[in-house]
Amino acid sequence: MPETRPKTRRLSALFLLGCLLFNYPILSLFNREIFPFGIPLLYLYLFSVWLLLILLTALGAHSKTSSPPPEISDISKRSRK
Amino acid sequence: MIEEGVVLFASISYIGLLFGVAYIGDRRADEGRSIISNPYIYTLSLAVYCTAWTYYGSVGRAAGSGPGFLPVYIGPTLVATLGWLLLRKIIRISKIHRITSIADFIASRYGKSTVVGGVVTVMAVIGIIPYIALQLKAVSVSFLIVREYPNLVKPGYFTTVPIFQDTSFYAALLLALFAIIFGTRHLEATERHEGLVAAIAFESLVKLIAFTAVGIFVVYSIHDGFSDLMTEFRKTPKIQSLLELGHAPGTYADWGISIFLSMLAFLLLPRQFHIAVVENVDEDHLNRAVWLFPLYLLAINIFVLPIAGAGLLRFSGMGIEADTFVLTLPISEEQGIITLLVYIGGMSAATGMVIVETVALSTMISNDLVMPVLLRLHFLRLLHRGELKGLLLFIRRASIILVLLCAYTYFRFIGEFYELVSIGLVSFTAVAQFGPSLIGGIFWKGGNRKGALCGLISGFLLWGYTLVVPSMAQTGLIPDHIITHGPWDIGWLKPYALFGLTDFNPISHAVFWSLLVNLSAYIGVSLFTRTDTLEHTQATLFVDVFRYSEDTSPLWRGTASVPDLHSLLERFLGSARAEEAFSLYAQRHPAAGHPLEAGEEKTADSGLVDYAEKLLAGVIGSASARVMVASVVKEEPLGMAEVMHILDETRQVIAYSRELERTTEELVAANERLKELDRLKDEFISTVTHELRTPLTSIRALAEILHDTPDLDLSQKEEFTEIIIKETDRLTRLITQVLDIQKIESGRIEWQITDVDLNSVVKDAVLTTRQLIEEKKLHLDVNLSETIPIIKGDQDRLIQVMVNLISNAVKFCDPGGKIEIRTEMKPQSIGVSIIDDGIGISTENQKIIFEKFQQIKEAGRGRPPGSGLGLAITKRIIDFHRGTVQVRSRPDEGSTFTFFLPLPAQTRPDNEKPEAP
Repeated sequence: MPETRPKTRRLSALFLLGCLLFNYPILSLFNREIFPFGIPLLYLYLFSVWLLLILLTALGAHSKTSSPPPEISDISKRSRK
Repeated sequence: MIEEGVVLFASISYIGLLFGVAYIGDRRADEGRSIISNPYIYTLSLAVYCTAWTYYGSVGRAAGSGPGFLPVYIGPTLVATLGWLLLRKIIRISKIHRITSIADFIASRYGKSTVVGGVVTVMAVIGIIPYIALQLKAVSVSFLIVREYPNLVKPGYFTTVPIFQDTSFYAALLLALFAIIFGTRHLEATERHEGLVAAIAFESLVKLIAFTAVGIFVVYSIHDGFSDLMTEFRKTPKIQSLLELGHAPGTYADWGISIFLSMLAFLLLPRQFHIAVVENVDEDHLNRAVWLFPLYLLAINIFVLPIAGAGLLRFSGMGIEADTFVLTLPISEEQGIITLLVYIGGMSAATGMVIVETVALSTMISNDLVMPVLLRLHFLRLLHRGELKGLLLFIRRASIILVLLCAYTYFRFIGEFYELVSIGLVSFTAVAQFGPSLIGGIFWKGGNRKGALCGLISGFLLWGYTLVVPSMAQTGLIPDHIITHGPWDIGWLKPYALFGLTDFNPISHAVFWSLLVNLSAYIGVSLFTRTDTLEHTQATLFVDVFRYSEDTSPLWRGTASVPDLHSLLERFLGSARAEEAFSLYAQRHPAAGHPLEAGEEKTADSGLVDYAEKLLAGVIGSASARVMVASVVKEEPLGMAEVMHILDETRQVIAYSRELERTTEELVAANERLKELDRLKDEFISTVTHELRTPLTSIRALAEILHDTPDLDLSQKEEFTEIIIKETDRLTRLITQVLDIQKIESGRIEWQITDVDLNSVVKDAVLTTRQLIEEKKLHLDVNLSETIPIIKGDQDRLIQVMVNLISNAVKFCDPGGKIEIRTEMKPQSIGVSIIDDGIGISTENQKIIFEKFQQIKEAGRGRPPGSGLGLAITKRIIDFHRGTVQVRSRPDEGSTFTFFLPLPAQTRPDNEKPEAP
């Protein structure tokens, strides 16, 4: 049975977003000799995306759709079948 | 000046502190007041991912290739977002099946296969030993460096130390002792060690604090903050090149593959699996860990680049290894306290990894390699020995010592040739080979044992060829020629450029080929070979873990005698715990009674057998537990018939639930209908009351006048009594109607079935209603067909229908309007229509006018006269005659009510040959 609860979907979407932002070709856009605030652009980019991803994961993981205890969720899934 | 004695004292005190923390952790667990049961400790213990490689090696890597150190930490961050999907599933499966290690997990998934478990264990041990060696090297080197404080030592200095003066040798022994005490203290049904986890979490805290401290020291004390440092970096071309990724071909591919590799490693390293899955207390801890752990990684990486750059600036041309910058920078500033702190931090990073890794590996070795082999080799003797608990603990302890000695040997003879990071990545690539079988195994039911074995072995061989063989060539064990020209001068077999693939670095190259072949073999072989029944069962239990609750194991169909099972458990758990386990089972299944009570010849059912096997699996692994239980159980394998039976049951359950669903829907609809009827009834009662009151009131008023004024003149008296009679009639009619419908509905009406001529019914009805029609000065037109046959029916009721319909038409006609009544033959029936040119009925209302108690309220006209029962009675009478009644109408264009009654059988026109009389 595929897990289709919003929480799982949200976090999976974050995973895809992370894969996209941390890889070529998006990454190559920031691989330049530019130093905003004196900090190399690439590092600034990597650490910002990293932090953003952590924040979003925290939001996603603590979203209100908390899981019911396993037994109950099992039963309700079965009866919905 | 730091004396050697001070360093030694600090080291030993630190390890002593670890023992203390672990001891407290264990004691609190025994008292039932766990200190590790919260998401923060879980997160910190996950940070065992950061080893000495992170601590010292990241800086080395950053000094060599700039941002290249980051993918190893970005990978786990990405996996963490998937933690809820992936890790939670693995944890749930492991809890249900009492999985003790990653080898156990994979073996259990592929039909509790001893072979698979063994192969995974061998791969893990071979792949991980160099990685442990790396940690020992870090401990040894950092000790030697700190000992020379405040002098700086150069590489090449280390080889001269004899074994018995080498700190890492003693460190290895101490760590073995720690692992033995806290990792194999007792045998548990769930392989959990709270003290160990507490110590690991403590170590993670120490290394983060120490590394951050040195980072702050370098950035703010030696230099003047980040931007100052960066300005310095940009002045030096060698460092400036570290600030970006470079543009060499394959750079981004290497980067992406590194991220991918570390994603796999985070899940599949035996120590990560042990901490994240086996030691997990509560899967809800993942909620916080999935973002706190990446935050930890981020924090420990912020200062890597500044330290690397600062080191390069300071030691340019001095020949100091970049791997040691974390230590040598504070030393060169003569900061004794910070140096010591850094040293302790490095030790915590190294020891944490060594402890967990050896415990995890020893569990794998004993449960998935040695025990199965021993059970098979000396089958009879072992199975009939009394207590096996001691043997098992001995194997675990021996394997801890063995693993550490192997690692130490590796470090002494081979490990010195490498910088820290490359050894780590080689190990990562080795464990990444578990990926297809494990991740595929929990999402794809089709993967089978042969596929998993082929994938694992082929991937491992390629790993060996592309990474281990060249490293052996580099150390001179085999000729160098093989790297440069390929074996037997075959160019496309060069280990670093297989099939001429040269764009990747050696690690990416190895990851690509080994995982490609591994995955293809896994899928390909799985698709083209047979899967046996047990594998099918396990595959379903793993993939659909969230659908099956804990007690679902009806697929095991074996029986055994209770005493046999009991003595089996006794041998591994000890008699007290075995007794306890059986009582627990009896409590949960009261129907079966206590298994031990009923006397010696009781047979255990499959539930109890399964319970015992799972208990054993928690101690000796699923593959071994299978062998043990099979020795006392007369197992009947699932035949085709049983499988079909199970499928059939499932199908029936599904069918039942569909039926239930349907019935529920019907019930809900019926309930709605009842509520609606109830509402209508209330409305009706108020209507009827009102209708009854109006005539009653006028009757009473008139009667009072007649009574009070005897001298009323005659004409007026007559008029009043006439009204009283009319109103009384109306009352009677109303009451009759209510009684009628009630009778029809309850089926108590008596129908007088006779021959009926519909034309005369119409004539009678017209006669009855003539007065009504004339009162309103309506024009009546009656067209009767002479050909309609006599039918069977209740004459009076049919007249009632006609009267109802005609008076209805009269009611809605304006004075001077027209009414037409028509009877005609239809192919299958006789139709009677009453057509008026009155106000008409809107489409919605046409649907409800035949319902009981419905009165149409037209805007501007108010409630029409009548009870709202006439049409309902009409419809029921027609229904009784098996006919239909319908209405065609449009507002302001009049209405046509038509009812059709079926022809008697012998007069139907299509009945060409009526049977001869």
